[in-house]
Amino acid sequence: MNRIAEQLTLSASDNPNNQLDGGSSNTCGTGVQFELASGNNPAAFTQQYTDVKSEKDARIKMDHGTTTLAFKFKHGVLVATDSRATSGNVIASQSVKKVIEINPYLLGTMAGGAADCSFWERVLGMECRLYELRNKKRISVAAASKLLANLVYRYKGMGLSMGTMVAGWDESGPGLYYVDSEGQRVVNDLFSVGSGSTFAYGVLDSHYRFDMSVEEAKDLGRRAIYHATHRDAYSGGIVRMYWVKEDGWVAYPLEDVGELYFRYHPEIKLTHAAESPLTAQRAA
Amino acid sequence: MDFAAMQKQYPAQVPTEVHSHQNRWDPYVDNGGTSLAIAGADYVIVASDTRQSNGGYSINSRTEPKAFKLSNNVVLATSGFAADAKRLVEVLEQNALTYFYKHNKQMTAPAMAQMLSNTLYGRRFFPYYVFPILAGVDAQGKGALFAYDPVGNMERVNYQAYGSAAALVQPFLDNVVGFKNQRGADHNRLIERDEAMRFAVDAFTSATERDIYTGDWLDIFVIDKDGVKHEKRELKHD
Repeated sequence: MNRIAEQLTLSASDNPNNQLDGGSSNTCGTGVQFELASGNNPAAFTQQYTDVKSEKDARIKMDHGTTTLAFKFKHGVLVATDSRATSGNVIASQSVKKVIEINPYLLGTMAGGAADCSFWERVLGMECRLYELRNKKRISVAAASKLLANLVYRYKGMGLSMGTMVAGWDESGPGLYYVDSEGQRVVNDLFSVGSGSTFAYGVLDSHYRFDMSVEEAKDLGRRAIYHATHRDAYSGGIVRMYWVKEDGWVAYPLEDVGELYFRYHPEIKLTHAAESPLTAQRAA
Repeated sequence: MDFAAMQKQYPAQVPTEVHSHQNRWDPYVDNGGTSLAIAGADYVIVASDTRQSNGGYSINSRTEPKAFKLSNNVVLATSGFAADAKRLVEVLEQNALTYFYKHNKQMTAPAMAQMLSNTLYGRRFFPYYVFPILAGVDAQGKGALFAYDPVGNMERVNYQAYGSAAALVQPFLDNVVGFKNQRGADHNRLIERDEAMRFAVDAFTSATERDIYTGDWLDIFVIDKDGVKHEKRELKHD
């Protein structure tokens, strides 16, 4: 089989070593090798043991991440996420970093499979750096998001779960793309991804304006994440917020959603305020 | 109603081929057991029991370690499928040795941590059924602890418990090591070595009481800038 066709096909029968080659061409070469189960349908094998949605007693539970949002506004891009990772019905962590710092001016978010997002966005970071070295200029957000989309498209159908937003600032201003493991790549001013996204959209769509100030944008992002964590069981922990501006991104101090509850509902008083732990809770 | 006539007209549809999924060969087994680790300002404590079960009612061994010293300052604690854990340790040791030959220096704990994450993800489509915890000290001498899911999602934490009694041990650690849900506690405080040791041992004696797959013996490793010390304690054998 010729090299080009070999790179474009994914069937295991063409690959006697049962290894999925991550490609070695110039533009999307990663040289990553994956071991597959033997047989004619390795994807079904993986799905039987890891896919939580289709096989209820799938034993290998991967961490999943859940409410993320990002929107463009006059002063840049605001990115906000929660920090809960669930492994089946158990909360695996309340302090996950769902905003992945690809480089000082590009951010990626994590929703879906945590390992899938961290791994492929790290590969994306490597590709962006190679682009800079080869072309002597920074990569555009459009190109970076397309690199990521093309990387994961080769594994379509194999069970990758990744819903990510690529946010950054390039020559054409603030940029925001949504890329997922199904192969979708779309551009818009506002996105929310994850199990809590429906709740976040409700809040975002009601108050979003392009000409917001930075403080208003931060408040909107914070409220949207808070509302999603309040109603979605798979979202929670702390709100992580980043602002992407012309010279790069800045990170903001974290806020516990438990404390935000009392801040947004001043009429609700704690019944046993003296024993409550909530007012001094801060995650590292 | 002539049911006999109806029966002839509409015979019962019996499937001729039944695909039973119950007798299929399963490549994975959960051998049980629990591991935990606690990191402090200048140390990490790793504790894991040594009971290995066959996923059902039998015990394979009372003295099969689940935590392995990978180098002079790194320990890997595992839980889940023992055969995959054994293979994972072999792969990590080989990679660490290759690194040493290529770069003429030992792999640091954070470097090993990233290497473990990539190793796990390399089997994304046929995962290692292992929940690893990697423990060591970082360049500043501070305790470094990394917790992973079976496909390589890595997070640096101050404490973690995995295994059959994780649901019993992790909340206990959340409270006494992470000071969660304690009013007026200093959440940034890292606990002292002797406190961590007491909590680790207490967590296991309690887990042994309530989890059938945890017990027999406890391996404890203490890692600091001077190296790795190992001790063994007895747990209930019932």
